[in-house]
This record gives sequence, C-alpha cells and structure tokens, in this order.
Amino acid sequence: MIKIWSMKKNEEAAAKRKPKTSAAQIRVQKDLTELDLPSTMVTHFPNPADLLNFTLTITPDEGMYKGGAFIFSFVINMNYPHEPPKVKCTQTIYHPNVDLEGNVCLNILREDWKPVLNLNSVMVGLQYLFLEPNADDPLNKDAAEELRRNREQFIYNVKHSMRGGYVKGVQYANVLT
Amino acid sequence: MATTDAPITNGINYPDWEDRYYHVDQVLDNPGPRTDPDSFMAGDGVKNFLRNQCKILVIGAGGLGCEILANLALSGFKDIHVIDMDTIDISNLNRQFLFRSKDVGQPKATVAAEYIMKRVPGVKVTPYYGKIQDKDDDYYMQFNLVICGLDSVEARRWINATLVNLVDPENPESLKPLIDGGTEGFKGQARVILPTITSCYECSLDMLNKPTTFPICTIANTPRLPEHCIEWASVLEWPKVKGDMKLDTDDPEHIQWLYSVALERAQEFKIEGVTWSLTQGVVKNIIPAIASTNAIIAASCCNEAFKIATSSAAYLNNYFMLIGTESVYSHTFEHEKRNDCPVCGGESLEVSISESWTVERLIEMLVEKQDIQIKKPSLSTPTKQIYFQAPPQLEVATRPNLEKKVSELVPDGGDVTVTATTLPFSLSLRITYT
Ligand SMILES: [Zn+2]
Repeated sequence: MIKIWSMKKNEEAAAKRKPKTSAAQIRVQKDLTELDLPSTMVTHFPNPADLLNFTLTITPDEGMYKGGAFIFSFVINMNYPHEPPKVKCTQTIYHPNVDLEGNVCLNILREDWKPVLNLNSVMVGLQYLFLEPNADDPLNKDAAEELRRNREQFIYNVKHSMRGGYVKGVQYANVLT
Repeated sequence: MATTDAPITNGINYPDWEDRYYHVDQVLDNPGPRTDPDSFMAGDGVKNFLRNQCKILVIGAGGLGCEILANLALSGFKDIHVIDMDTIDISNLNRQFLFRSKDVGQPKATVAAEYIMKRVPGVKVTPYYGKIQDKDDDYYMQFNLVICGLDSVEARRWINATLVNLVDPENPESLKPLIDGGTEGFKGQARVILPTITSCYECSLDMLNKPTTFPICTIANTPRLPEHCIEWASVLEWPKVKGDMKLDTDDPEHIQWLYSVALERAQEFKIEGVTWSLTQGVVKNIIPAIASTNAIIAASCCNEAFKIATSSAAYLNNYFMLIGTESVYSHTFEHEKRNDCPVCGGESLEVSISESWTVERLIEMLVEKQDIQIKKPSLSTPTKQIYFQAPPQLEVATRPNLEKKVSELVPDGGDVTVTATTLPFSLSLRITYT
C-alpha cells in the first residue's frame, strides 16, 4: 500500500477536521448572512430555524409596479448551489414574465444558473423584472403582447390588476401595500 | 442471453489454478522504474498484503460495479465488499454481465457477490444490500481503499464528504484513497482522490455536465422539440393540474400522464417524436449507458486500485477523462484542490475558551484575530443558528444568543461553522473549554 501519510506530512496544510454540516447548509448560511438587499426587498422565514424555505417580498419604489408588494417563495434543496433555488410568485399577478401559476421566466433560475451565482443575484434579478418587464420572454402571453403593442394600455392594465381587478377575464390579486 | 451458464465450480472454491498470477507477478516480484522504493515490498511482502490483508470496498454493483468486481477479483484482491441499494431490472442485463434473467428482482450486491465467488476461486465478496448512508464511520474505517462506480451525484458527494471527514490527523490509517469512476454515454472519467490531500469530488462539481434545460418561456410559448413538450407537461402542467402531489419519476402512471399530456401538446404544435421512453428519459434525465465506456473506466479504476495497493507503479495524478463521442480521445490532468471547497477546503481552528465566555466575546476574539481577518462573522452549529448578521429577521432572532454562554450552545469538542464575506467559504471552529 502506498504510504500516503508520509506524503501528507510534507503537505503544508495539516489535516482539517470539518464539522458535519452539509455543504448546502453552509452555503445557504453564507448566502443569507451576506445578503445585501435594498429596502425594497425583505425576506421572511416562517420558521427561522429552517433556512431552506422562506419568502421574499419585493416593493418596487419606481416603475409601473410601484405601490405593490410581490411575494415570492424560495425552496432550496440539498443540491444547492448545484441546482438553483425553486422560486415562485405566490400571488396571481399581471406580468409578462410570470404566469398565472406563479412560474417565473428568469434565465438564472433555470438554463443560466451557475453555482457561482447566489441568492443575492436571484433576488436582484427578480426585482429587475418589475423595473423592466420583458416582452421577449413571455409567460403571460396577453401581458407580453399588450406591452409590445401599446405600452400605455399595458401600464393601465398593470395598475388595474394590482388593485385586484380583471384583465381579459382574469382576476388578479390585490397587491397594493 | 438465454443460454444458462453453469458456474464452473458449482459453488466449491477450488484452489488457484496453475500460473494464475503469472502475469500479475511480473510486476510484483521485481521493482520497476516507477515503483515507490519506500513502500514497495517486492515478492512475498506485496503479494501477502494484496492477497491476505487488503480490504477493498466497491460502491455500486451496476454497469461499472460489475466490471470493477470482476477486474478486482481477477487481479488478486481477495477481500472485497460491495454495497448497492438497487435490485436487478431486466434492462440491466445487456451490460451488467454478472446478472441473468432468473436474477431479475434480486438485490444487485448479493447476486454480484455470489457470482464472483463462484467464478473466481479464493475470493471473498461480502455484499450489503442497502444505502451507503446506512453505514457509519467505523464501517468505512475497516477498508484500505474505496472504489465508486455510481451514477448518482448525491451518493458520490456523500461518500466523498464522509471519507474527508474520516481523516484524523492522529491516525494514518484513517486516510482512505477513493477511486471514483463515472460514465455518461460515450464519456467517462476515472480519478484518484486522496482525502484532504488532493482535490476532492466536491472540488470538481462545477465540471459536471449540466442536464440540458430549456428556457421556461420557450417551453411555454414556442416549443420546437419533443423535449419541450415533455418539459411543458412535467414542469408547468403537472404542478398546475396535480397541485401539491409530488411527481414520482419511478411511477409508471405518472410517466403515462406526462406522456399523454406531452403528446397532445406535440400534436397541437405539429412536433414529432414524443414517445413513452423519451418522456421517461427526459424526466429522469437518462443518458444511455454504453457497455464499452463502462469497461474502459472500470479497467482504469481497478488499475489505479492495484497500483495504490501494491505501490508497484505510480498512480494517476489525478484525473483521467475519456471522450468517445467522436473517435476516442483521452486526457489526464491534475485537478486542483479548491481553497473554497465546502468539503475539503476552508480553514479550521481549534479554539480553547473559558466556559464563561459569551457568544459576543467569542465573536470579538474572532474579529480581533489578525491571522484570519474576519469581518462580521455569522456562526452556527450543525443543528442551530448561533448568531446571524443578516437577514434582519434572523439577526433579531439570534441576537439574544450574543449574551448567552458559548458553553450553553456548543458542547465541549463541538463544531461551529463561521461564514463571513471576508472568508472564501467558511471557517470551522472546534470549541473546547478550559
Ligand atoms: Zn474539495
């Protein structure tokens, strides 16, 4: 058998005993405790001992979604950060990149996710969707079409939906703060 | 496939056949240019170790595992253990050559062990039908070497972290070389991991081929491929129609549901190619297994195991990759250990403090320590948060702990994980009380 140990003694670093905290758990601790969020974003932990399930409330202070409070659920599994967090909007909202089930079209939540990204990047990405809704990646086709065709009408629809109104036969959630 | 293969020994272990080790002994009887002079004991010394003392664990008795077990047994390892949690499926029989039709439904580990013992005289194979997570540190401690032939990233991360944690600076025997093989279609890799010394499995997770994912808006609006329709069914329609019911990709009824929904979608968009097996393949992320890739990777793993166990030649440092997608290409390189690896990287400190110290006092001490340069540390034990700098709700919730004694929250010898923006990943503290 090779003598690894004698080799080991030559190594500068001595053996490191690591605590039995999972890599995902440590990474979530690191991400959360280093969150640097503007006052427009607040996290809430229904069970503060559980770091893997929480919500994020976004209250845009500019743009057409100003005045609303948009709540997203975050679910993180043990493969984090090799799998992205699962993020859904908990309300029915009128937005070209969010469907009526709360699925969100944000590239870094799916095809462009990389382990070097973190929870902060996801949250900033979500907030950006409210400042610059994007008609090119539609999940709510009606909303995307309206945004492309008639921006004024789209903004009117947004305001109306945020009060809990109907747009094209769909009732949206009242998200006004 | 239909022919019955009568075991040549009928269960009786005959002594080794004549000249069985003739070729292997060529490299064991005399040192060569690449033997390690410090640990190679030419002749009886090395043969005795390999054939009477060395205990090796094989994790996985599937495509790679069958090949690994056969190779090890034939190259002279005599005390082999094998773990696998699966039972034999009919679809395994084309490449997992230790299994026959009559074995379908039986545990892979047990059937593989029996087959090898019948076929190769003098070898003892001890099977365990279950999960690697069922076993504790004492179990893993008994082996000299571990070889993995797994298809699960999760299981590999677990065994890797377990073997890294097993390393005890006081005990040389605690360092178990891990040889990891993996295949995906025509691609594969074999690597040697010396826990805490070389790069570990976790260090290289970024290199994994990500399963193909499609933008959700493509799936929702502009499907062009049969895969888009299947993802539409599994990602968007399943949660919408089935609510909180969890999708079980092993349940044929669930696959059937996805298949019919995807097929309807495909017809609507005039897309061809949605089949039941493609549906299963996409949702389970199945990449077809290629027997010859398994054979090459298993051979490489066993070659490394043999070299490490005998010191008869230099072993792989530390990563071999095989790409057989277009002709045959292979490449060997040294994958570097990452300082910010959550498993083998990071710093660790032994901290001896008074039992009366508060958490606040401990944090001050960490911040003041010149050599580690920590700003705003957050602390936790494996089971609870001690103090978090952010987010605000958790800061408020953990703030009362600042005034508590560390000894109320952490047992003597207990571990504390520290994260901070100034640390590449984390710092682990082992706390003892004076
Ligand atoms: Zn590592």
